[in-house]
Amino acid sequence: MLNFARKDSFRHGIHPPEMKEDTSRLSIRRFPFAPVLVVPLSQHLGKPAKPIVRPGQEVVRGQVIAEADGFLSVNMHAPATGTVKKIALAPSIGGNMIESVFIEPLPAATQEVDDGEPCDIATATPDDIIAAVQRAGVVGLGGAAFPTHVKLKPPEGRTLDTLIINGVECEPYLTTDHRVMLEQTEDIFMGIRYLMKASGTREAIIAIEGNKQDAAERLAECCPKDLPVSVRVCPVKYPQGAEKMVISALLGREVPSGGLPADVGAICVNVATTAEIGRLLPVGGGIQERVITIGGPAVENKGNYRIPIGTPVRFALEHVGASRGVSRVFLGGPMMGPAVSNLDIPITKGTSGITAFEMLDVEESTGHKKVYPCIHCARCVEACPLFLNPSQLGILAKMQEYQRMTAEYHLMDCFECGACSYVCPSHIPLVQYFRLAKKMVRKLDAGR
Amino acid sequence: MSELRTHLEIGSSPHVSSGASVDVIMRNVFMALLPACVFAVYAFGLGVLMILLTAVLSCVLTEHVICRLSDKPTTVGDWSIAITGLLYGMTLPPDLPLWMVAVGGIFAVAVGKSLFGGLGCNAFNPALVGRAFLQAAFPQAMTHWALPFSDDRFSSIPGSVLAMPFAEPVYDAVTAATPLARMKFEAVQAESPDLLFGLTTGSAGETCALLILAGGIYLVARNMMNWRIPVSIFLTVALITFVFMQVDPTVYPRPTFMLFAGGLMLGAVFMATDMVASPITNAGCWLYGVLIGVLVVVIRFWGGMPEGVMYAILLANAASPHIDNLIQPRVFGTRRSDG
Repeated sequence: MLNFARKDSFRHGIHPPEMKEDTSRLSIRRFPFAPVLVVPLSQHLGKPAKPIVRPGQEVVRGQVIAEADGFLSVNMHAPATGTVKKIALAPSIGGNMIESVFIEPLPAATQEVDDGEPCDIATATPDDIIAAVQRAGVVGLGGAAFPTHVKLKPPEGRTLDTLIINGVECEPYLTTDHRVMLEQTEDIFMGIRYLMKASGTREAIIAIEGNKQDAAERLAECCPKDLPVSVRVCPVKYPQGAEKMVISALLGREVPSGGLPADVGAICVNVATTAEIGRLLPVGGGIQERVITIGGPAVENKGNYRIPIGTPVRFALEHVGASRGVSRVFLGGPMMGPAVSNLDIPITKGTSGITAFEMLDVEESTGHKKVYPCIHCARCVEACPLFLNPSQLGILAKMQEYQRMTAEYHLMDCFECGACSYVCPSHIPLVQYFRLAKKMVRKLDAGR
Repeated sequence: MSELRTHLEIGSSPHVSSGASVDVIMRNVFMALLPACVFAVYAFGLGVLMILLTAVLSCVLTEHVICRLSDKPTTVGDWSIAITGLLYGMTLPPDLPLWMVAVGGIFAVAVGKSLFGGLGCNAFNPALVGRAFLQAAFPQAMTHWALPFSDDRFSSIPGSVLAMPFAEPVYDAVTAATPLARMKFEAVQAESPDLLFGLTTGSAGETCALLILAGGIYLVARNMMNWRIPVSIFLTVALITFVFMQVDPTVYPRPTFMLFAGGLMLGAVFMATDMVASPITNAGCWLYGVLIGVLVVVIRFWGGMPEGVMYAILLANAASPHIDNLIQPRVFGTRRSDG
C-alpha cells in the first residue's frame, strides 16, 4: 500500500468544533474542599489499591491512604486534611459501585500538602523512578488512567527510543493540558527528565495541536539546552490525542493491531501527567488533586480548576454555578466523555473535565434525531482513524454477529473515539453498538 | 447555590454530531438533478413535464402505499424515493405513454427497492430497475425518440404520451435515431457541442451533459458524492475508446463522443453513484467505476444495443457487494512492517 500520510498528522479523522476559546485563556484556579470527599480505591486500569486507614482516623493532605496492590496498581493519597468517615461503596461513572474512602475535611483545612519521600533525579536509577512514580499514584491524566509506571518498563526484548509528551488535547471544550503547558512549563521539563531516565529513551517530542500556538512557543522558549526535546505542532484534527494517532502523526509508525506503543519503540505520556511527575517526584508528593476544565454552555464560571480528587460532581457544578436547565453532564468532553447519571460521583484521576449542556444545546447538537438505515455513504469509513469499516460493523452488530465483527473486522481495535457516530448522516449510534458488542465478546471469551 | 436537577439525560458518547442527515443529502441530490430536468422540459416540452411528474408521483405513491401496507411509518419524507422517481423519469424516452411511466415507476419501487428492504438495502439502483423492466416489456416504445425543440412543444402534448392504458400508442412527433444508434448503425458521430448542450435526441433528462456534470460537481463540492466513481468511469471509457480509435477511426468513435452521448453522463454521475448500491471503500469505487466503464464500451461496441449504460450499472451493482468483500480498508497496524 502507498503511504499517503500527510506530514505531522494521521490519516482520516474529523474536525468537530473546538469550543476551547471560553476557557483556554483562563488561568488555573484552586477549588475549595467539598464537605465530603470520596476517594475511590480504583481510579485506574488495574487492581484497586488496598486501604491502610481506618474509619475515624485523622489523615493529613498528601498522606498515603491506600497502597498499590501489585505492579498494576498505584497509591492513593488523602486529598484533604480531615477525618476518615467510612470506607464504603460509592457510585462511579461506570455505573457500578466502587469501594471508596470517605474523608470529611477539617473546617480549617489548608491546601498545604505534606511531603513524602523525595526521588532525586541525579542519583535515582530507572527502577527507583518507576517505583517513585507508582508511589506518587501517577496514572494517565488524559483520561485513560493507565498506571504510568507500567508504561515506563518496556516489555522484554523491546527498547524505547522516543518519548512522546502528548499535549494534543483534541477533545472539544477541554483546555487543561493547554493551561498546564503554559503554567507548569518547568514541571513538564522536570517530568521529561524523570521519564527519559526511567524509560531509557534518547529523544523526547512534545506534541501540540495548532490551536495552542502560545503553549508551543512557551515550551520552545523554556526548553533547557541540555535536554533533547523538540516541540512539534500538528494540524488540528480529532482524535489526534489518541496514543496510536499521535505516534502515527509524529513518527509515521503504526502501532500494530492489538499491540502497544512499545512495539514501535515509542512511549506516550500525557503532558499533565508529565507535569505532575516533575512537580511531585522531587518532593515526594502524591496525586491528590488535578486540573480539570469545567465548561459547556450550562456552566456560568467556566474555567480550569485545580480540584481535589474525590470532589463530587454536584459540588463542583454548584461551586462554578451551573444553570438550572442543566440536562446533560459529561466527564471529559462531548466526544468521548461518559454521561453522568448521578451527580454524587467523584472526580477521579482520569477525569479531565466536566462539560455540562442545557436541554436546548442537547437538542441542537444531538437531539433525538431520527435514525435512518445505513446508506453506505462511507463517511464513517473516511472518518475512522484506525481504518475500520464502521458501516459494516454496525450492520453486523445489529445482527449480533459479534464473532465476525472481531475476527473479520477488527472490532477490538476500536477505541471508541466517536468519529463514526459524529459524521453518520443516518444518526446510527455506532459507538454504542460497538461498546455493547465488545462487552458481549469479552463475556463470550470469559465464558469459554 | 442552585438546586441541580437529579434526573439527567444520559446517552452513549459522542454527545455531539456533525449535523449531517440523510434527508439533507437526498434533498441536495434532488436539487442537483433539477437543472437537467428543467432543460429537459425546455427541450421536449409539456410531454416530458408530464412524464417526470408521473414518474415521481408513481414512485412516491408506491412507496407510501407499501409502507402503509406493511404497517410502517412512511419513508417518503427522506427524499430518496423522490430521487428515484426523478432519475427514472429522466431515463425515459420523451414521448413514452404515461401509463407505461406509471407501471415502470411502480415496478421500480416495489421490486427495485421495497422488496429488498427499503432504503439502504436495495442491491440495484431502483430507477434503473424500473427502466430495465420497461425496456423488456415495451421494447418498441422504449426506443422511440422524438426530436427536441419542436415548435408546438409548449402548446400541445404528444398523442402517444396520453395513450390509453394497454392501447397501442399513436406517435405523431417527428422522430430520429439517437446519436448512439446513428453511430452504431450508420457510423455517424454527433458533434460534441450538440451533445454537451443537449441539442440531440435521447432520453428526457440525459441529453444535456453539461447540466448533469454541473449537478455532479455541486454534489462533490458538498461531499455528498464520491467523485471517484464518475471519474473512473470517464477515464476507463475514454482510454479504451482512444485505443480503439487509433486502431480504426472509421468504425470506432472518438472518446468525447462516447463520454457525452447517450446516458453515460447521467448514469456515471447520478446512477452509478447511488451510495447504497456502490462499494464503500475508495479503492472499491475505483474498481467499480472501471467495471462500469468496460461494460459500457463492450455493450456499445459489440453488443446488440446502441446503449449499454443501464445494464453496465446494473451489473456493477450486482458486483458491488463482492467488491466490498474483496476490498476492505487496511486496518491500522496490520500488514505493514512495524516502524
